[in-house]
Amino acid sequence: MSTPLLIAVLLLLAAAAFEFGRRRALQVAGPEFRTLHSLPRYYGSYTALWCALPALILLGAWLAFEDKIITILVIADLPAAYQSLSEPELNLIVNDLRNQLSGNVVSRELNLDMQAAVKHYGSLRATSKAALAVIFLSVAMLGMGLAWRKIAPDFWARNRVEAIVKVLLIICSTLAIFTTIGIVLSVLFESIRFFRAVPVFDFLFGLEWSPQTAIREDQVGSSGAFGAVPLFAGTLLISLIAMLVAAPVGLTSAIYLSEYSHPRFRAAAKPLLEILAGIPTVVYGFFAALTVAPLIRDAGTNFGLDVSSESALAAGLVMGIMIIPFVSSISDDVINAVPQSLRDGSLALGSTQSEMIRKVVLPAALPGIVGGLLLAISRAIGETMIVVMAAGLAANLTVNPLEAVTTVTVQIVTLLVGDQEFDSPKTLAAFALGLMLFLVTLALNVIALYVVRKYREQYE
Amino acid sequence: MLNQKQAVLLERPAKTNDVLPSAPVKIQDTDTKTVGQVTVDKPIMTTRNVDVYYDDKQAIRNVSIDIAYNEVLSMIGPSGCGKSTFLRCLNRMNDTIESARVTGSIELEGHDIYDKKTDVVTLRARVGMVFQKPNPFPKSVYENVAYGPRIHGLARNQSELDEIVETSLRRAGLWDEVKDRLREPGTGLSGGQQQRLCIARCIAVNPDVILMDEPCSALDPIATARIEELIDELRQNYSIVIVTHSMQQAARVSQRTAYFHLGDLIEVGETSIIFTNPQHKLTEDYLTGRFG
Amino acid sequence: MTPTTADKIQAGLKKRYAAERRFRGYGLVSVTIGLAALLLLFVSIIGNGYSAFQQTFVKLDVQFDEAVIDPKGTRDPQSLARADYGQLIKKTMRELFPEVKNRRDKRKLYKLVSPGAVFILQDMVRKDPELIGTSQTVWVPADDDVDMLIKGYIDRDVPESARRLNDKEIAWIDALAATGSLEKRFNKIFFTAGDSREPELAGIWGAVVGSFYTLVVTLALSFPIGVAAAVYLQEFAPRNRWTDFIEVNINNLAAVPSIVFGLLGLSVFLNFMSLPRSAPLVGGLVLSLMTLPTVIIASRASLQSVPPSIREGALGMGASQMQMVAHHVLPLAMPGMLTGTIIGMARALGESAPLLMIGMVAFIVNVPEGPLDPSTVLPVQIYLWADTPERAFVERTSAATLVLLAFLVIMNGAAVWLRKRFEQRW
Repeated sequence: MSTPLLIAVLLLLAAAAFEFGRRRALQVAGPEFRTLHSLPRYYGSYTALWCALPALILLGAWLAFEDKIITILVIADLPAAYQSLSEPELNLIVNDLRNQLSGNVVSRELNLDMQAAVKHYGSLRATSKAALAVIFLSVAMLGMGLAWRKIAPDFWARNRVEAIVKVLLIICSTLAIFTTIGIVLSVLFESIRFFRAVPVFDFLFGLEWSPQTAIREDQVGSSGAFGAVPLFAGTLLISLIAMLVAAPVGLTSAIYLSEYSHPRFRAAAKPLLEILAGIPTVVYGFFAALTVAPLIRDAGTNFGLDVSSESALAAGLVMGIMIIPFVSSISDDVINAVPQSLRDGSLALGSTQSEMIRKVVLPAALPGIVGGLLLAISRAIGETMIVVMAAGLAANLTVNPLEAVTTVTVQIVTLLVGDQEFDSPKTLAAFALGLMLFLVTLALNVIALYVVRKYREQYE
Repeated sequence: MLNQKQAVLLERPAKTNDVLPSAPVKIQDTDTKTVGQVTVDKPIMTTRNVDVYYDDKQAIRNVSIDIAYNEVLSMIGPSGCGKSTFLRCLNRMNDTIESARVTGSIELEGHDIYDKKTDVVTLRARVGMVFQKPNPFPKSVYENVAYGPRIHGLARNQSELDEIVETSLRRAGLWDEVKDRLREPGTGLSGGQQQRLCIARCIAVNPDVILMDEPCSALDPIATARIEELIDELRQNYSIVIVTHSMQQAARVSQRTAYFHLGDLIEVGETSIIFTNPQHKLTEDYLTGRFG
Repeated sequence: MTPTTADKIQAGLKKRYAAERRFRGYGLVSVTIGLAALLLLFVSIIGNGYSAFQQTFVKLDVQFDEAVIDPKGTRDPQSLARADYGQLIKKTMRELFPEVKNRRDKRKLYKLVSPGAVFILQDMVRKDPELIGTSQTVWVPADDDVDMLIKGYIDRDVPESARRLNDKEIAWIDALAATGSLEKRFNKIFFTAGDSREPELAGIWGAVVGSFYTLVVTLALSFPIGVAAAVYLQEFAPRNRWTDFIEVNINNLAAVPSIVFGLLGLSVFLNFMSLPRSAPLVGGLVLSLMTLPTVIIASRASLQSVPPSIREGALGMGASQMQMVAHHVLPLAMPGMLTGTIIGMARALGESAPLLMIGMVAFIVNVPEGPLDPSTVLPVQIYLWADTPERAFVERTSAATLVLLAFLVIMNGAAVWLRKRFEQRW
C-alpha cells in the first residue's frame, strides 16, 4: 500500500476508534451516564489518538530510515570488488540502481552483478513496503485495543486527551529551536569541510576572492582564492550607504509624523510609507537595476564621473529606501514609549517642541533607537535580492561607492545557483559565507533585542 | 432540595466516601488568633491552617474557617487584607497564578481539594465563582448559560439543555428580561443584567458552593439591590461565600461574617453579633471606621 | 538697567524659533523623500509594464494545404501533430511579400511571426481536422521585435547597425501595419502560458501556479504549527529558562536573513532528506520555517489581547484550561491570528532569496501540476526575466511585478479588512 493510502486507512480507523471509544464509555457507564468522569467524546478521542499517533510515529520513522537501511543491505550484498570502492563511487552505483529500478535513464551499462543488485534492491523494497503496511495497521489496531480496554467510568479521559494535546503543542513550540539547530548544523558541517580545504585564516583575512576553481589542475588559477575580505568590505559599504539613507530619513520622518504632522496627513502618509516595507525585495532589485542605476550613471556622466552600472551607490540607495519604513516604525514605537510626563515637564519649562524632542525625548529614547538601528543593519547585511540584481559579481576591494562591489549574499547565490558539487571548495565556500552571515546577524539581533527589551522594561 | 441536588452531582456521589475517609480535622491551635465561631456543626467546606504565598510573600496566614450548608458567609476587611486571595483558594483559581502556593487543608465534603486525586475541573463545577466585573462570554445569552452544562455533560438532549437554561435564568431572576433575546450577545445586556447572567451561568451547573468576589462593586445601587435579593433567594439551594468591601452589604445578605486583616482571619461570627458586638479590637476599629 | 529674565528669553527667541522651523523642515523633507521614492518606484514599474498587457498580433490568411499537413490523407492525429505547420506560415509570408527573393531576407521575413504561431495552427487542426484544405484568417502573435517597434520602444532614428531591426524589416512591418494586418490585442498569453525563451510566448501562469502550491504548503504548515506554538507559549507554558530560550529563538529567527533559511533547505531538505529539487513542496517547507516566527509572534499578541476576565469566567465554570482555550480564547483571538498569518503569507509570496538556494530558479516551461513538479514562483520569475537582455522582457518583468504587487495588495487588504471587521475593544 502506498503511503497516502495507508494514511487514509489510518484516518478511517481513527474515526472508527472514536466511535468505539464513545460507545464503550456509554456502555460501561450504564444507564446513569453522569457517573463517567469525562464526556463520552473524550473517551472516543482518547481511543482515536491511541490508534493514530503511535502508527504515525512508526510511519515517519520507517520512511526516514527505510532507504538508508535498504541501501546498506544492498551494498553489503554487492560482490567484494565493489566494497573497496570509495564512497562517491558507491553512491553513483546506488544511484544507478535506483534509477534502473524506477525506469529512469541510467548512466552506464549494468553488468550482471549490478542487475542482481537491482533485483535485490527491488525485492527488499517490496518486502519493506509489505512489512510496513502490516506493522503499521497492527500498531494502529493494537493502540486502539489498549485504549479501549482502559475505558472505565473513573478513567480520566479528558485529562489524558488534554495531556496528549499539550504534548503536541509543546512539540510545535520547540520547532523554533530545532530550526535554529538545523541552521547551525547545516552551515557548520559544510563550513568545517570547507575549512579543511581552505584555512580559516586565509578565508577571514585573505584579500583576494576568485572562487572559480578550474576543471583541470594545469589550468590557470586552478587553486582559486577564498579571501573573503573584499566581500565583507563590499557588504559593509552597501550597508553603510543604506543606513546613511535610512537612518536619518526614517528617524526624522517618524518624529515628524508623530510629533508635528496634522493627524489627517499622518493617517495618509504613514500607511503609504509602510507600503515600502511590504514591497518584495525582488521588486526593489529590479527597480535598482532598471531605474536607479542608469539614473545614477547618467548623473555621474554629467559631472564627468565614471560610474559603474552596478555601482554600490545604486544598490545601497535602494536598500536604504527599503529600510526606511523599518527604521521609522521602530522609532515611532520607541518615541511613543517615552512617557508623556517627561514631555510635559520639558514643555512646562518653556522649551519649544523641537527642544523638547531633541533634549528630552531623543535622549530618553536613544537605547531603543540604537537597538532598532542595529536590527536595520542586520537586515541590510542579510538582504539578498537587491544586491544580487543591482550589485556586481567582481570582488573589488574599494571604498568608492561609484564602483561595483560584491557582497556576501551575492556570492552565496552565485556559488549555489546552478550545478553544485558538494565536495568542491567552491560550493562549500557558500556555506562558510552563510555561517559568517548567520553569526554576524545573530550577534546583532541578540544585542538589539536585548537593548530594546531593556528599554521597554524601563518605561513599563 | 439537598437530595435532588446531589442526584445531579458531577462526581460519582455514591462513591465519594470510599476514596477518602473523612476524618475530622483538628485545628492546630498553635497560633490561631481568630476569635468567634470558626466551626459549624455540619460544614460543607472546611479550611484548616491555610497559608498562601506569592513567591516568598505570605498573603494569607493560618486561616481556619468552616462554611455551612445553605448559609451566606461574607468576608470583609480593608483592601489588600487577603479576602479575595482566600476566596480564590476555595475553588483553586489560584492555580492560574504561577507564583501562588497554598498550604494547609481545604476540604469539600470531606475531600481535600488540593489532593492529587481531585480533578480541578470537577471541583470548580461544584464550587462556582462569580467575579467582580461581570464577564459574560462574547456569545449569546443562551450559549453563556448552556456552556457549563455542555462541557460537563449535564444534558442528554436539547430539550433538557433548554430546560436547564430556563431554570437557571429564572433562578437568577433574569428570565423575564431576556426570554425574547436569548440569541443576542450576552455582552449587550446592562451591567446588572450581565452580572445576573454570570450568576445564572454559574448555577446552571448546579454547584454546591458559589463564591462571589465583590459581585456588586461594578454596579449601580438598583442593580446591587437586585443582586442582593437574589443572593438571599439562592441561599435556599446553595452555600454562598461573598467577598465585599461594603459592610452594609455584608450586614444585609449574610448570616455569618468573617473579618480579615493583613492576611489574618481576625474574627468570625454571626453577622448580627459581629456588627453589634465585635469581640476583637481590630474588628471594632474597622466597623467603626477608624480605618478602611 | 539690568535685563530681566523675560528680556533675556526674548533675545534668544528668534533663533530658537528658527531652529524649530528647521527641525520641522527636516522631518517634512524626510517624509517627502520616502513618498517620492515610493512614487518613483510605482511610476517606473507601471510605466515600463503596462504595455505588456497588450501584444501585437499579425493577421495571416493561412491556406491549410493538405499536401503539407496530411499528404497521405489519413487524418491520423499522430501524423497531424507532427506535420510541418511552419511551411504554411512561411508560404503565407512569401505570398504577402512576393518581392522578397533573397534567402537571408526570407529568413528574416519568416521571423516577423512568432515561432509560437506554429502551435496555434497545430492546435486549430487538432480541434477541427475539417480545416484542412480550407483557407482561414488567423491572428498569430508577432515576434517580440515587431511588438517592440509597434509599441515604440525601438528608435527608428538610430543607425541601422545599432538597431534590432534593419530598414527592410521595418519597411515590411510598416507595410503590414498599413494594411491593417497588425493589431495590438489583449495579451492573453502572458496570463496563461508558462515561461519561454521567446518573450511573446512567455507567461506568468506557470509561476503563479508554482507560487500557489508553495503558499498552500506554507500555509498548511505554518498556520497550525504557529498557532499551536503560540497557544502553548501564551496560555500554558510556565515562565522558566526553557520557555525564555524558545522565545529568544523565535525572536531571533524572525530576524535571520532569509537566505540562511535557503541554506538550511538546501542541506537539510535536498541533501539530507533527498526531496526533489525545484519543488514547491520544498519551497513551502523553507518558507514555512521562515514565516513561522511571524505567525507565532502575531498569534501571541492576539492571544494576549483577549481579556483575562474571559479566561477566569471559563475556568470558574469548571472548564479545563484546554477547554477554556479551545472554546473561548482561540475563537476570540482567531481574527488577529489570521491577520498575522495573511501578512506572513504575503511576505512568503514576495520572498525569493531562499528559493534560489533550492533550485526554484530553473527555466521551466510546463505549468506544474502538483507540489512535487519542478516549478518556479512569481518573484523568482521576475528575477529570471530581469536578467534577460531582450527589451520585450523588461516590460514583461514589470508587468509580472505589477501582478505580484496586485496579489500583495489583495492579501494585505484582506488583512486590514479582517482587522477592521473583527477588531474588538475590551
